[in-house]
Amino acid sequence: MTPRHRSLLPAGLTHANLTRRISDLVLHRPSPPGWWIALVICSLLTLMLLVTMSVLFSHGVGIFGLNIPVAWGLPIVNTIWWIGIAHAGTLISAVLLLTRQPWRASINRFAEAMAMFAIVCAGMYPLLHLGRPELFYYLLPYPDTMDLWPQWRSPLVWDFFAITMYLLFTALFLYMSLLPDLATLRDRATRRVGQYGYAILALGWRGSATHWARYEKATLILAALATPIVVTVTGIISLDLSVSIVPGYHFTIFPPYFVAGALFSGFSTVALLAVLLRSLFGLRDLVTDTHLDYLGRMMLFFGLIVAYAYTQEMFTAWYSGEDYYRHVYVDRWTGPYAPAWWSMIVCNVVLVQLLWFRRVRRHGPAMLCLALTSNLGMWLERFQIVFTSTHADYQPANWDVNWPTVWDWAAYLGSLGLFGLLLLLFVRLMPLISMHDMRALIARQREERDDG
Amino acid sequence: MAEQRRAATIALLARFESAETLLAALTALRRDGHRRIEAFSPYPVEGVAEALGFRSRGVALAALLLTLGVVTAGYFMQWYSAVIAYPYVVGGKPLHGWPAFVPVVVALGLLAAVLGAVIAMVVGNRLPQPYHPAFEAESFLRASDDAFFLLLPPDDDSDEARRRLSERLYTLQACEIEEVPRC
Repeated sequence: MTPRHRSLLPAGLTHANLTRRISDLVLHRPSPPGWWIALVICSLLTLMLLVTMSVLFSHGVGIFGLNIPVAWGLPIVNTIWWIGIAHAGTLISAVLLLTRQPWRASINRFAEAMAMFAIVCAGMYPLLHLGRPELFYYLLPYPDTMDLWPQWRSPLVWDFFAITMYLLFTALFLYMSLLPDLATLRDRATRRVGQYGYAILALGWRGSATHWARYEKATLILAALATPIVVTVTGIISLDLSVSIVPGYHFTIFPPYFVAGALFSGFSTVALLAVLLRSLFGLRDLVTDTHLDYLGRMMLFFGLIVAYAYTQEMFTAWYSGEDYYRHVYVDRWTGPYAPAWWSMIVCNVVLVQLLWFRRVRRHGPAMLCLALTSNLGMWLERFQIVFTSTHADYQPANWDVNWPTVWDWAAYLGSLGLFGLLLLLFVRLMPLISMHDMRALIARQREERDDG
Repeated sequence: MAEQRRAATIALLARFESAETLLAALTALRRDGHRRIEAFSPYPVEGVAEALGFRSRGVALAALLLTLGVVTAGYFMQWYSAVIAYPYVVGGKPLHGWPAFVPVVVALGLLAAVLGAVIAMVVGNRLPQPYHPAFEAESFLRASDDAFFLLLPPDDDSDEARRRLSERLYTLQACEIEEVPRC
């Protein structure tokens, strides 16, 4: 057994006391005060989102800062940003499963939950942005009485399929991982409502060996599919932009660039949740500084890819020799949206370099701050791509500056509240750490100790 | 006598302390000629399904077949709607512009593979199954915690067969044996 391995699990952790600790968090322990405070804040923000939505549906998209030339504003920025956050949740869980990384077991559950709720937030914005949201089903190919079909050459139709597919995948992946743990909760629940509720959700799972064999095969297939799914979804979303001929959108580098950015913000969010949840529920020995160290390395890796993509984007714009393409960049550095661009560079390129230091990666509060700045940086990146590209394109007569309105901000902050609310409810109803994955890890550790 | 030769109406549920003793007992019982054994563990234990002579080919196959079917159908749907049902020229592009049909096919194909794998897992395992005889045993609550179980019927309904099997289980390091109805 390597020392690296040992530091991931506390000494003396057995199957029985792991089960007791994790399931008692859900079944018996009262919520910590911090949880209640967070719940109130998130509920208020969610309420604000609901108010915004009702105003939006009664008044129309005019309440947002959308106009020609910037016809895509904050809703699209937020969609791309939230999808990115979802991606790392999926990828962490799947890639670490395929490569059999022992540090996966204690973080995969909330990474998957994070992915699930981020995609809910992401999927909401395109509908809000539609103008006539009640007609969204026109994107579905169904034999309607108008004899109309979706336009298959439109990236917006691809987008609809990609996001819907991703939503279903994430939900199934999360449920698959929860299934054996739901059986544990069913067996340990003491109150009627818990016993029935978890029993229904557990589908009668009993840990039969043949069941486990099929379960493992299916999980493996899902994990293997996760990587192409992640690349497909963000790739297709980036095509919404890059298929158009707008300068600043029309780059072939967009799909890989978006995927790297997505993973960068996603790993940051996992680190953020890891720090917050472990201190809220006292799980420092299960989610260790070593876990943060690895997350920090992933953030640094994808941060560097993002920085590389920035240089390539600028190089391509310069090398194209086209005045408008070059102007987009000069405008990003000096134009009305320049503060967003420079803040993005500080967050995504400069501050990330701190992660080269081991002490920073293993320091909870430092990681929390860097996770916040990285997420802010990625949000600014999406903002500057969407806004600066369209506000000054091929028709100088059309150039204009648009800013988000109060309603834009309300919808954005509201989605943060919704995400937090769903996550807070999740950690009270479902086990925060995957018990069956941890059991397998404990067993493997014991085996290695016996061998060595 | 004839009544005693009846097939067993009960089964024995034996609890084991560790995955190693479970696997050893399972291998020994299989060698004794027992075929109707079910094994339970709180996490997937390597080698148990193989020792039961089980291989799960169905899940991958179901995922593959569903994917192939959906990919074909998805491409056909786009071709049919763009070329036959609603021909509409955009930017002078050909009606059957296959590269534009690829993203939707990929998305649908991936979704089909995921659904195929999950549905095959659930259906193959006969879930949802709210009742199982093993649930009658008090000790079985630990099957989702830290205990390992084997469930198998004795040769016939006689007390003799029952005793023989439970002695055999104890020699194989079973810690606790309970009787449950046979499934």
